[in-house]
Amino acid sequence: MQLLLWFYYFFVLFFYSKLMEYFFILNLIECAYEGMGEAHGDVLAKKTVFVTVGTTCFDALVQAVDSQLLKAELLRRGYTNLLIQLGRGSYIPSKSAGEDGSLTVDYFSFSPSIADHMRSASLVISHAGSGSIFETLRLGKPLIVVVNTALMDNHQSELAEELAERKHLLCAYPDTLYETIQNMDLDTLVPYPPSNPMAVAKLMNKFFGFPED
Amino acid sequence: MKKLNDWIIVLSLSTLLILRILYVLRCTGKPLRRSSQQALKTLIVLGSGGHTAEMLNLVAVLHRDRFYPRCYVAAATDNMSLQKARVLEESYSYETNVGKMVEAAQFMQIYRSREVGQSYFTSIGTTIFAMLHALWMTFIIRPDMVLCNGPGTCIPICVAAFLFKVVGIRWMSIVYVESIARVRKLSLSGLLLYKFHLADQFFVQWPQLQKSYSKAHYVGCLM
Repeated sequence: MQLLLWFYYFFVLFFYSKLMEYFFILNLIECAYEGMGEAHGDVLAKKTVFVTVGTTCFDALVQAVDSQLLKAELLRRGYTNLLIQLGRGSYIPSKSAGEDGSLTVDYFSFSPSIADHMRSASLVISHAGSGSIFETLRLGKPLIVVVNTALMDNHQSELAEELAERKHLLCAYPDTLYETIQNMDLDTLVPYPPSNPMAVAKLMNKFFGFPED
Repeated sequence: MKKLNDWIIVLSLSTLLILRILYVLRCTGKPLRRSSQQALKTLIVLGSGGHTAEMLNLVAVLHRDRFYPRCYVAAATDNMSLQKARVLEESYSYETNVGKMVEAAQFMQIYRSREVGQSYFTSIGTTIFAMLHALWMTFIIRPDMVLCNGPGTCIPICVAAFLFKVVGIRWMSIVYVESIARVRKLSLSGLLLYKFHLADQFFVQWPQLQKSYSKAHYVGCLM
């Protein structure tokens, strides 16, 4: 009886170690595959810069991004793709398939899934609308906000400047965008803390005589 | 003799009106003492883009059965805002799966006082028209509370709500949350409501504004 048990233990150990071996080898193969992928500039290494103007017309930003110098700088910093959302703008930037090591550039006017583009981006360059700004900050993406100087009564710049002062994003203008990208150090950005809309709800409850939760 | 009578009537009515307005202004901002815990009918003003996103962000954390039924009002030329509000309300009825929530939400459109870039001359006429429309809408809806965050569309509605307070049809509390995009200066809507003491509750999201406008409540960033 005792002997049988010993045989059982050894068998289990043997089987278990074979299983571990199998998974170990699988893991090695996976890593090798990934490694090969990076070396060949595969889909796995894509780093996208997403440019958005929201529902506005902001041709000055699209033009600024369409510059060869700026695109070269992005490439130098390791970005592989540039995706531009044109909104209601009329200026059409140049597309590029990204052969011979250049930046892959694409554009579209509107999309129902801007959030998805933001999520898969490594850097977002946005107009100064509060909707776009907070959507990006909540996703935790590095953000450069470009203020539209052509807008009258530019109250949008107040928000961008305040958040830039608190180091949650970088603030720029269409003619200083290239310079900002040249000098940017995204590691100095501080994550935007979670907001607390409940603060107002509590005050409203109290004011209207509702019991506290 | 008749002329004197007329003057006496006019004078006494004006005095009554002024006293009533002063009384309303004095009561504005005082917490409501309500005997019942009944739900408050809420009129929610939606503006374009960022305003709507901020407002829906706030509505989403309010008690659904305390601020109920909810009526969303957007400008006639704004296509997206009511749609986004519908999505939010539909998510509520899906969650609770209770028949009564379906009765709740209403979605309405109001004429704008002034479109972007409109000439100031024609704006006078459109503002008067928008004001009349706001009076009509506020009368139909007769909310207990008006919630807004600064688009131009909210001024005619807030003025209408104030007039209803004065006339005594219904006490409509006005809750104003200044947009997060306003860091150092109030928006025009905010300024009007603040200076004329029309809002019962006035919230700002940045400390700089609280320093400049001491009667405002600082609540931090809501986004």
